[in-house]
Amino acid sequence: MNRIEAAFAKQKKVFIGFITAGDPSLAVTKELVLTMEKAGCGIVELGIPFSDPVAEGIVVQRADTRALAAGTTTDKIFDLVAELRKETQVPLVFLTYANPIYTYGADRFFAKCEETGVDGVIIPDIPYEEREEMLPYSRPHHVAVVPLVAPTSRDRIQKISAVAEGYVYLVSSLGVTGVRENITTDMEAIVKEVRKTAKVPCAVGFGISTPEQAKKMAAVSDGAIVGSAIVKIVEAHGEDSPRYVYDYVKEMADAVKEAAK
Amino acid sequence: MTKGRYGIHGGQYLPETLMNAVLELEEAYEHYRNDPDFLAELHRLYREYANRPSLLYYAKKMTEDLGGCKIYLKREDLNHTGAHKINNVLGQILLAKKMGKKRVIAETGAGQHGVATATGAALMNMECVVYMGSEDCERQKLNVFRMQLLGATVVPVESGTGTLKDAVNEALRVWTARCEDTFYVLGSCMGPHPYPAMVRDFQKIIGEEIRAQLQEKEGRLPDYVLACVGGGSNAIGAFYDFIKEPEVKLIGVEAAGLGVDDPKNAATISNGSLGIFHGMKSYFLQDEYGQIAPVYSISAGLDYPGIGPEHAYLHDIGRVQYVPATDAEAVEAFNYLSKTEGIIPAVESAHAVAHAMKLAPTLPKDKIMVINLSGRGDKDVAAIARYMGVDLHE
Repeated sequence: MNRIEAAFAKQKKVFIGFITAGDPSLAVTKELVLTMEKAGCGIVELGIPFSDPVAEGIVVQRADTRALAAGTTTDKIFDLVAELRKETQVPLVFLTYANPIYTYGADRFFAKCEETGVDGVIIPDIPYEEREEMLPYSRPHHVAVVPLVAPTSRDRIQKISAVAEGYVYLVSSLGVTGVRENITTDMEAIVKEVRKTAKVPCAVGFGISTPEQAKKMAAVSDGAIVGSAIVKIVEAHGEDSPRYVYDYVKEMADAVKEAAK
Repeated sequence: MTKGRYGIHGGQYLPETLMNAVLELEEAYEHYRNDPDFLAELHRLYREYANRPSLLYYAKKMTEDLGGCKIYLKREDLNHTGAHKINNVLGQILLAKKMGKKRVIAETGAGQHGVATATGAALMNMECVVYMGSEDCERQKLNVFRMQLLGATVVPVESGTGTLKDAVNEALRVWTARCEDTFYVLGSCMGPHPYPAMVRDFQKIIGEEIRAQLQEKEGRLPDYVLACVGGGSNAIGAFYDFIKEPEVKLIGVEAAGLGVDDPKNAATISNGSLGIFHGMKSYFLQDEYGQIAPVYSISAGLDYPGIGPEHAYLHDIGRVQYVPATDAEAVEAFNYLSKTEGIIPAVESAHAVAHAMKLAPTLPKDKIMVINLSGRGDKDVAAIARYMGVDLHE
């Protein structure tokens, strides 16, 4: 059983937290990952910052800009993962765009993921049609490519889910990442479609910031993914952010556990 | 290999949320591209609204002054709205109408594509929102106001470098939020399939007209066709009909800003490397980690870190030669054409003129060169004045 499978097997409903690596520094990122795990985060998504993150709202865009300005690079993030793996077995999933992987060399990138202990990768601008750009390189290195399913996916849901690895990332709303007051999409109906073909769990992300939303989304799926709300705390508190992030993640992770009951 | 490929370039690298929107667009485009009624309506708009065919003008004074080959100018600057951009916009807006869309969005660099889209939207009764980098809004204030006069909303994009690529990023983000009722009118032969093919098809009339007009005037094909290249829509439009004629040399001129060896340039073929960005695989200006470079050119329309995938392929197979021209060379050409022929070119098109000024004197008098004059320079007068140190208030 790999680390992602183990997380879902152990917790049933998993809280997944996202932060941008290198925001405000890689040292703080390391502390944040360990803190989030302690607070109940079952999987940590680490953003490799990109100059032009077209799927991100303004909060994560700003985090990417800060991280890049601080000198964060893909190689330094791999070093961070290697460091983290000495202290934790929490599943780590990268979120980045096609270009940083393609330019690094997909084979070299996924080999490095395997070597340092990265469990999965989410690539928003690699849709089902272009999956061959990554899968021939990710599979031999046992790195899961986590696909996204959107409210507009309709007839595409089953084929995407059928080849999903790790988990299926269910996008709750149209648009980019960011906090939303209301999520109006019928997630239950989408989850039902996903489960017809998926061999892996599914978790809902985009727009979730309150414990109520997290509990509700985890109740209809296998987990809740929260990014912008955590990144906002990092933005506000910088180096002091771990203790604030702990409190927030604890509350959110507890709400997700509630959904498992 | 997936759809929409030019060699290894092209593809559909988009967030899942947008995939059904581009597939729907692809289906509609496949349906209408050869539909006689659609084409008849488009060509009626070209003729009666956009002022096509644009003139092919023999630049006699320039020819004599440079003392080499015979030079013709394809006068896309005389189109309605002042640039080739209207050709593509009329095609896409007509398609949007057929698809039942009532709202269009667009990105713009110099503002020419934004003005063309705002114009088409006014004509077809559609709501129009244009995304424009904040830096470009500043450089092209007149075009911002022009779009507003046409009834469009212009949204300045502050993120990144505040230029064309950031405007594309924002248009993609906004499209993700409203893909179900909004048609994205992309301004160049770039982005995910079907845009590069669709934009080329709506622009290829430029080359088709050059062929027919030169046949009438000279009874033969041109020896050289020159065009400036940012994303590459005016160039692909001018080149496409000649790709199958190996004796016609095709030259794309990129914006080299302060020089190809200076970090401040936008010369993608000279300095770029393979990447995946804005929905396509192509060449991009980027660092070793795939971070897109902040590019620079005096021309807001060429200030883009990538190039359309078909150009990338035409470069790979050696069918088109891509060369750089600097800000200084473009400004010199801008002044030269204004004084020599009484034609003020867009600073984008001035890049093509700049290369022609180097090449023409080296060619024999019996050779024929066509420069695609993609737009007019009224919008650039203030920026050129600033460049030349003239204190001018609009």
